[in-house]
Amino acid sequence: MTTDAVQEKIKDLEERLTKVEGKRDNLTMVLFSGDFDKAMAALIIANGALSMGKEVTIFVTFWGLDVIKKPTMTGAGKNFLEQMVTMMRPKGTANLPTSKMNFAGIGPKLFHYMMGKKNIVSLQTLLDTAVEFGIKIIACQMSMDVMGIKKEDLIDGIEFGGVAAFLGSSYNSGTSLFI
Amino acid sequence: MAKTTLDLKGLSCPMPIMKLAAAVKKGASGDVFEAVSDDAGFEPDIIAWAKETGHPMSGITKSGKDITVTITKK
Repeated sequence: MTTDAVQEKIKDLEERLTKVEGKRDNLTMVLFSGDFDKAMAALIIANGALSMGKEVTIFVTFWGLDVIKKPTMTGAGKNFLEQMVTMMRPKGTANLPTSKMNFAGIGPKLFHYMMGKKNIVSLQTLLDTAVEFGIKIIACQMSMDVMGIKKEDLIDGIEFGGVAAFLGSSYNSGTSLFI
Repeated sequence: MAKTTLDLKGLSCPMPIMKLAAAVKKGASGDVFEAVSDDAGFEPDIIAWAKETGHPMSGITKSGKDITVTITKK
C-alpha cells in the first residue's frame, strides 16, 4: 500500500471507531412491567445513567403504562371494555402493586413505609427527575390503543411512538434492558 | 476555580450520585467538589462514576460511616 492509501485507511478506521464509541454511550430500556419494585429498579438505573452523562430512552409498553398514568385519569369517552380496564388498573406511581409480597395491596404500603424510613427517594420523584432532566420516555401507541389510554391520560413531557422509535434508539445504545 | 462542598448524608442510592453529577454539570472546568456521603454504596459508585465520566477524583477519605471524595471537573 502507498502512504496515501495507509493514511486513507487510518482515517476510515478512526471515523468508524468514533461511531462505535458513540453508540455504546446510550441506554435504552423497555418498561413492560407495572410493578412498583420493577419500576423502581428501572428508574433508578435510568437516572443513574443520566448522572453518568448518558442519553437515556425508556420505551413504556403494556403494564408499564400504569406507571406513567396521571392519577386523575378517568374512563370518560371510552367504550365499556376500555372503561373496565381503566377502572381495574392502577393510575400513577402511588398505587402500583409489588411483584412479590403484594398481599392484596398491603405489601406496597409496607415497602413505602420501610423505604421512607431509610430515606430512599420515591418512585414519583425519580419519574419527575427523569422527565425534568431529559430522559426520553416513549409511550407505546399500540398498547395505548388496545387499553383505550389517551395521550392526555399520561404524564406530560413524554413522546409517543412504536417499535421503530424504540429500536431507532436501541441501535444507538450499548446497553438495552427489558424490565 | 470555585470549591463546592456537598453534604449528601442521609441520602440513599441513587441520590448521592445524582446530586453530585448535577452539581458538577453546573460547574466550570477546574472547579473542585468535595462531597460527603454516609451511603454504604457510595464508594464503589463514585469510583465507577468518576471513571466513566472522566472527572478526576483526587482522594477518598473515610471516617466512621462518612465517605468524603474530592472531584475536579475536567
